[in-house]
Order: sequence, then structure tokens, then C-alpha cells
Amino acid sequence: MDRANPQQLAALPVEFKLNGRTVAGRADEPIIETARRHGIAIPHLCYKPGMRPDGNCRACVVEIKGERVLAPSCCRYPQDGMEVTTDSARAVGAQKMVLELLLADMPEAGPEGPGQRASPYTRESKLDAWARKLGVGRPRFPARAQPRADLSHPAIAVNLDACIQCTRCVRACREEQANDVIGYAFRGEHAKIVFDLDDPMGESSCVGCGECVQACPTGALAPARGAGLVVADRKVDSVCPYCGVGCLLTYHVKDNRIVQVQGRDGPANHGRLCVKGRYGFDYVAHRHRLTKPLVRRPGVPKTGSFVVDPGHWQVAFREASWEEALDLAARGLREIRDRHGAKALAGFGSAKGTNEEAYLFQKLVRTGFGSNNVDHCTRLCHASSVAALMEGVSSGAVSNPVRDVLEAEVVLVIGSNPTVNHPVAATWIKNAARRGVKLIVADPRRTELARHATHVLQFNPATDVALLNAMIHAIVEEGLADAAFVRNRTSGYDALRESVRKYSPEARAPVCGIPAPTIRAVARLYATARAAMILWGMGVSQHVHGTDNARCLIALALVTGQIGRPGTGLHPLRGQNNVQGASDAGLIPMFYPDYQRVDNPEANARFERFWGRALDRQPGLTVVEILNAAQKGAIRGMYVMGENPALSDPDVAHARAALATLDHLVVQDLFLTETAYLADVVLPATAWPEKDGTVTNTDRMVQLGRKALEPPGEARADLWIINEIARRIGLDWRYAHPRAVFDEMRGCMDSIAGITWERLERDSSVTYPCENEGDAGTPVIFTTRFPTATGRARLVPADIVPAAERPDREYPFVLITGRQLEHWHTGAMTRRAGVLDALEPEPVASVHPLDLAAWDAQPGEVITVASRRGSITLYARADEGTPRGAVFIPFCYYEAAANALTNPALDPFGKIPEFKYCAVRVTRGGAPPRRLSFGGGQAPLPAPADA
Amino acid sequence: MLSAEALQRIDRELAKYPAERRESGVMAALAIAQDEKGHLTPELMAFVAEYLGMPAVAVEEVASFYTMYDLAPVGRYKLCVCTNLPCALRGATEAVAHLQRRLGIGLNETTPDGRFTLKEGECFGACGDAPVMLVNNKKMVSFMTPEALDRYLAELAK
Repeated sequence: MDRANPQQLAALPVEFKLNGRTVAGRADEPIIETARRHGIAIPHLCYKPGMRPDGNCRACVVEIKGERVLAPSCCRYPQDGMEVTTDSARAVGAQKMVLELLLADMPEAGPEGPGQRASPYTRESKLDAWARKLGVGRPRFPARAQPRADLSHPAIAVNLDACIQCTRCVRACREEQANDVIGYAFRGEHAKIVFDLDDPMGESSCVGCGECVQACPTGALAPARGAGLVVADRKVDSVCPYCGVGCLLTYHVKDNRIVQVQGRDGPANHGRLCVKGRYGFDYVAHRHRLTKPLVRRPGVPKTGSFVVDPGHWQVAFREASWEEALDLAARGLREIRDRHGAKALAGFGSAKGTNEEAYLFQKLVRTGFGSNNVDHCTRLCHASSVAALMEGVSSGAVSNPVRDVLEAEVVLVIGSNPTVNHPVAATWIKNAARRGVKLIVADPRRTELARHATHVLQFNPATDVALLNAMIHAIVEEGLADAAFVRNRTSGYDALRESVRKYSPEARAPVCGIPAPTIRAVARLYATARAAMILWGMGVSQHVHGTDNARCLIALALVTGQIGRPGTGLHPLRGQNNVQGASDAGLIPMFYPDYQRVDNPEANARFERFWGRALDRQPGLTVVEILNAAQKGAIRGMYVMGENPALSDPDVAHARAALATLDHLVVQDLFLTETAYLADVVLPATAWPEKDGTVTNTDRMVQLGRKALEPPGEARADLWIINEIARRIGLDWRYAHPRAVFDEMRGCMDSIAGITWERLERDSSVTYPCENEGDAGTPVIFTTRFPTATGRARLVPADIVPAAERPDREYPFVLITGRQLEHWHTGAMTRRAGVLDALEPEPVASVHPLDLAAWDAQPGEVITVASRRGSITLYARADEGTPRGAVFIPFCYYEAAANALTNPALDPFGKIPEFKYCAVRVTRGGAPPRRLSFGGGQAPLPAPADA
Repeated sequence: MLSAEALQRIDRELAKYPAERRESGVMAALAIAQDEKGHLTPELMAFVAEYLGMPAVAVEEVASFYTMYDLAPVGRYKLCVCTNLPCALRGATEAVAHLQRRLGIGLNETTPDGRFTLKEGECFGACGDAPVMLVNNKKMVSFMTPEALDRYLAELAK
């Protein structure tokens, strides 16, 4: 028989007496939790389930027979035969004394009126609640000298007069989120909560995740502007609409407004959120929201060069009834289809919509337009990763969830800046690193995560293949490959071994800028780990060699057998909240739902039967190809749902010119985006909190979003709009509720066939594959075989393909584009969220301080960045993490659009543009960007006089 | 921010700990930084944090906790009297009152001529010598009766 391990021993039942009753506790469960399970509530303040117990407040003390002193029940564990009393006079006396002493420190006037000592900043103060419950009245002790409020942060009010120094905020900031901003400094009676070097919170390195606010028991850290005092009409459980992490959350709704957002215990976030998910919701109430259908005024020309004022749609549009707008929208599409053929139409769906919307949208294009010209922004993010994964392992999704990093021994993060782009995923990576998991961070930019890494490989931009092949070379040469795994579960090893022969670390070190011994050390670390996991982002995928980069990562995992077990595998971190789901639902030109190839006769027949229509067998065009075809006149009409290619596509001047040439453009969105400005008909859609539907996160979790708000004006649900367009182009559709669409999807997508709407309503989250009703869901896949015809994964060698546009004398710098923590994608939502806009209001370019000095420029000065395709001016920000010779620009700022500069060169397999690399020239000075910040939506601004 | 010599001294201290535990040297590093610069400014603490690869807030926690670190400028002689219980029972309260009278300043104040700063300290671990006073963070003075203090102040005035 095996010996029990310490975890098993700790979980064994322990019998002890609780207030005279014999109860079964566990050696690893604090007494306070056992008591809670048995209906005994013990006061507690510094203790919060899920957090490391600190035992500092002493409100939870209990009496243990035979012990001289009282014991804090939050960090005391039971032993067999122990006799614990929580309600003796001595225990309760001590509990009440703690509460009374702490209450004496509270400000004079609480919400219950003057004379009361209570927290004025929240109605849910744990201290006040326990004091009430135990009947602690007005404290007998004198008040303390009260510190002043710190209201320097736009989202979080710091009122330390309500602070009881329980350090829950410190543990939230440093142990959960690992942001290391909040501390407990000074000494004795001067001890207090500080931010960084005792800075005002708004000037500290705080990233605004609000975890401390959620942790604070007394409202000393509270939502700004009294939001914590608003009594919500109702609380609605949903999912965050921003990145692919898929955090579950709860909206607090008052008068059809979201006043506060709390993290919910979801499988991906366990209560954690980031600044966007917590404070980025007032965009839904922004005055720019489209509330009526708009029709282009006759004679207003479409040109590629314009500046949109989203508050003044009147210059180009007039209002119309839904009936008129839908008729016009559909007629234009129908006429083009009938006159110029199915292939003259195309549709862009959105990774921000629901699975049901994505499914219906691609079905509309395939059965209504009659071609496969349907795509969405997955093309711009992980198309190359998906191409490589489909080729290698026949599945485009991740093999293991992010939280598996906690099970790994080694984690490699490459081409990804998760603290900014997947902040809650990053917290798990940081937690893992703190627990001793070896973290390798490989990125041309030194990002925040590097601080937590054991190895930081700041390699030269666009030399991924050289670096990764050198690692594989070292693994093969040093005999570290997993021979059994290679033999039993892969094919193509010999060709790979041959191909990497010329990539010795010593030969490639000068290319990628990483010393050969480091490459070898990291390769050994990865190959020999008990479990090693790879996570990657756009830094890998957005290159003309993006597919090759991903091929190398797949090969790395396969030759070392680091896949198919917990804590291993391949995880391309998905950017959008539903890019996984939209791709799964077939919102891509070469696949039907569930990645069934349109040119596969079997799949084609299956869907022709399922949908009852003849289907085109030729794969459609991709995002950039569609715009190229539009420019050439081959595509004449488009339906765009929730995408903004006029700002998100490379070389936007070209993209806008292409959109402007269309005979007919229908755009469905929340705001008058750059794309909508070129439309013939604009249909006002609903925001995420205004509708029901499912989304699928980066971990393959299908999660339910619930409607919390009524949409403004005549804005209508996207699903209804698609349905109405479909009916008007000859499809007999009657989908009344997303549930009906989801049920239809289950009929053609085996991966989710077992997930019922009822289960989603109950559990909020189910991980696919879940093929039969009742299956638990499958977080880790590829455990015994790969879903290929042979069951084996395919190793595909990759060779170096240089970046499409290299720096030269005229354009000597490299431009790297990406995102910022506060802003999402093209900023349509986040730049209209008050807090996020206040935190990052203006376009900035990050450059190395030495480069700045070389131009004789100061941080904050205006610089001009020009490429062969365009020129923008914006503010310089000094950033030691940006390599010398490179500029990093976020693409969310329309007034300084990074994509005016980017190169539309495509990866030949994934058709993804090279957003991460093009040549630019940087000069000091230029006309400062016109400040056109949108501001937030919670407090509606007065409409302009001429509106 | 710091001289090469100071950095060398810090590196020497860091060598006492495992390479991945640079933060273990924070107290020594702060003392060396303070010796060179007089007191610990936020910029100096940020530099030390960066140099040791630790969060700035963790440096702040250490620097603000110990009375030997000065977060603001101090006079030429920093007199730090222990007022913890053993010292208090043996006359520390009187010692503080005496120094306040003699120097004409309160606790945490500096004389206008910049010669003396008076502070309250926490236990220096020499209760047998109570009351004790720490001068310029390094020199311990024992049995600080008012007479002994007068003698000591006279000596410093020379």
C-alpha cells in the first residue's frame, strides 16, 4: 500500500468538540471554517476565506480547553479530542473588546447618523455588522487622531480613518494580485497602510485592479465618488467582456446603471478582476451611444481620409426607423448578391459578440450571402497560431488552462505581456513564480512579468524562430528529447532533427541576442522539468513568420513530451473575450463550426443537410484579403458587426480607402466608429451587459453572460438584428432567444454537444470538450492521443523568414504595436469609460530613455513617428523595457493611429498581418495630437449646443 | 545615485546571502545609503529597491519601521532615547524631558543651529544599562541620568 502524502493526511477528518458538540473537522481547515460549516458564526475581520490567514485582529478568538490563552480560530487547526468553545463569556468578552477598540477608531458619523461610530464609506462594513450582531454600543475609548483622505485615484477612494489595519488589502495587492504596491509601514501608533514610498495612491504604481477594495472590510478603500454607498436594485451574475481570461463577475445595478462590479468565484479568476473588468463599464451609458438606426445622407461622399466626431453623426447621417433601415440594409446586400454574385459580398463578425451571434452571423453569410467570405479579428491576433496548431495537433484551442501554471515546474511565457493584456491570468503566473515555479519570460520588451522571472530572454525583435530552433537543437543534441513520446505520439521527428541541425545555440546567439549558454540552460530547464507549460501571445503570432514561430513552440512541447498532462501544454492566450468562441462557431472563412473544413466534402455535406441550403466549397477570403478585394472592386457590399477594421487593420489609410469604395456597407455597432462612418446604414446594437449569451474564454470555458441593463433608446439586441437582416435576404429564420441558437449549435458542434443552457444557468461555466450531457468538461486535452487521423501530432520544421520590412537608413527604427492595460483594442469601449480614460487619456509611444536622450527629447514631449505608409504625432514615454532602436505604440488611439504606420504584409499560412514589426523614422516635435478624449459615461455630459 | 564605493560596500553585504535573495541585504543597503546621503529620500529608497530587485513598498516598510533610518534630514547629532518599558521605569521619561528642556526642542525636532535632533527610540537591547540613548544610530550611551546627559552634551559642545 502506498503511504499517504501530507495533503491526504491533512484532509483526513479530525474529531473535536465545538461548543460541546462533537464535530468532524480537518487538519487543514481552520476552526473558524469548521464552525461556519456547523452554523456557528465567529466574528472575524482580518480573515477572508481564500486569503492567507494572518490572525492579526483577534476578533475570532475562541477558548480551547487546557490552554492558558485564547486562540485565533482563523489560523488555528483542530486536533483530535480538542474542546473548543466559541461562545463562553471569556471568548465573547474578548471578541467584543476587539470590536469595541476598533470601533473607537472609526469616524464619528456613519451612515446611521451622527453620534454613531461606523464606517461612512460602505453599507457593508464587516466591523459595523459584527458590532451590531454582538451588541457593541458606543465605544468607551477616545477617538484617534484621524488621517486625511487620499482621493488622488480616479477609481479608488482611500479613507484611512476607517482603516482597522487588518492588512487584507496588503495581502490582496501583494499575495493575490502580486502587484506589490500596498504595504504596512511605520511603527506602533504611527503604523499605517502606504502605497509605494508613502505616495498618494493616484501617483503610485497602482494598476487599479481594485482587489484591495474588494478585500477591505470597512470601506477604508472604497469605490470612488461614494459608489460603495449606493444600494443596488439588483445584482446580476455575468462574465467580463474584455480579454480572453473570462473572469466571472457580478454587476451591482441601480436605476439601469452599473454602479459597481465585484469579482465572482469563477474557474478562471476565483474572484479576481483587473482595472477594466472592475471599472470599465460606464461606456454603455456614454452619450455617444447610437440609439436610433442611421442612414447615410444622399450626396455625403465616402473617402478614406477623415476624422470622425462620434458625437456628430448628423454631418453624414439621418435617423431612420428600424423598418426602413433594415429594409435598406438588406436590399443593398440582396441586390449586390443577385447582380454580382455571392462572392461580391463579405461579412466581418466580432470576437466581442456572443457565440450565438457569431454562429448566426456566419450562417447568414454562408447560407444567405452564399459564400465563405466571413472572418473576424481572430485573423489579426492568433490566426497563425491556429494555423500551426491545426496542422500540428488538429485543434486550435489551448491544451491546458492558464491556472495549470500552478501545477507546472517550469513556465515559458513568450511574446506575451499578460500583466497588461491578460491581467488576471498574469496573477496566476506571478503566484506560481512566487511558489517556486521557474518562470522564463522571452520577449523583445522587458515587461512587468520579468520581475518575477528566473530567466529573462530579451531577444532581438522577430528572431523567434532562431531562438526556438536553437533551443530545440540543444535539446536534441544533448539527448533531452523524450524519445518514447516522440516515438509513440508524433510524426516527422527526423525531418525536424535534420532541420534544426544548423541552429546551434552558438551559431544563433548573435542573431537573437541571447548568449548560447543561456539558450542551452533554458532549453535544459524546459526539457527536464517534471511539467513545463508554454504560454504565448501576439508577439509570437503577429509576424509574417507567425505560423513558423508557433510551429517551433509546438515542436518544443512535442519533442520533450511536455503536453497532455496537468501543468504542461500549449496555451496561446486569447485576446478577446470571445475570440475562442467566435472561431469555434465558424466565424472564419475556411471552417464551418467546430473547425470542419469547408473544402472537406463530408463536412460540406453535413452542413448542407443541417442548414438545408447548398453551400460554397471554396474557402472564403480573410480580413485583409477582403479589403484588398474591395479596393479592386471584387467585393462590393459588406456587413460588419461590431468590428472596426478602419482602425484595427494594418495600414488603415488603405483599409479606409477600401471600405470607402464599397457600394453598400452595413455596420452594426454601439458607437459611430471609424468604420461606421463609412457605412450606408448604421444599426444601433446592444452592449455586453444589455444582452444574454455565451462566450468562450481562453481556457475553453463556455460561460454565460446575463442581461443586466435595458439598452438605450431604440438600440436592439444583435441577435435580433442578424435575424431581421436574414429574413430580408430570403432566410426563414425565427430565433427568439439565444437559447434556441445555442441548442442548434449543439447539433453541429460535437465539442459542446453535452452543454445545456440549463447547466450554464446553474454553473455559469463549463469547459469543452463536453460531448455528452452530464460530462464534467475537459480542462486538459491530448492526454492519450491527438485528434488527428493517426492520433499522432505532427512535427513541422520551420526556417528563418525575415521580417517583411527591415529598418534601413531612411526608416531606422522598429515599430512594435500592442495594447495598454487600461485600453481595449481600438478603444471604442474603454476610451469612453471614465476611469480608464482618466488613467490613460492620451496617445503615448514608449521608447528607451537613451534613444530619447539621443534625440535630445524629454519624456512627455511630442514626437513624430513615420513609416512608408503614414505618420502620427504623439507623446514620448521613457520605458527602459523597450529595447533600443524600437518604439512601442498602443493601437487604441484614433488620433494617433498606430495602424496608420503598420505593414499589411501577411503570414502566408495564417494570413495575419505583421503588426509587431515594421520600419519607422522617429523625430522630435510635430503638431501635438488633438486632444479628443471621450470621457466617461456615468455622468452624462451636456450635449453640444449644435447637436 | 550612490558612489562606486557605497555600491561596493552594498555588494559586499549582499555576498552574505544566496544570489536570489538580494532583498536580504536591504537593511545594510539602506544604512550604507543613509551614511552616504545623510537621510533616505524617496528617490534613494527607490534606487535601493531597484538595486536589490524588490518592490519599493517593501523598502518603505523597512525604512519607516526602524528608528535608525531617517526619512527626513536630521541634525549633526541625532539623539534617540529609548522609551520602552524598562528604560521608562529607570528614568527615560525624565531623560527625554530633560533633553527637551536643555535643547529647547520637542521630539522629532531639530535645533535651529542644526546641531541636535531629538527622537524617541524602541528597545535597543541594553535594558541593563537603562535608560539608554543611541547617538547617530551607531553609538550607545548608557545610564542617562540628567547629570550624565549634561556631561555628554557638554562633551559634544566641545
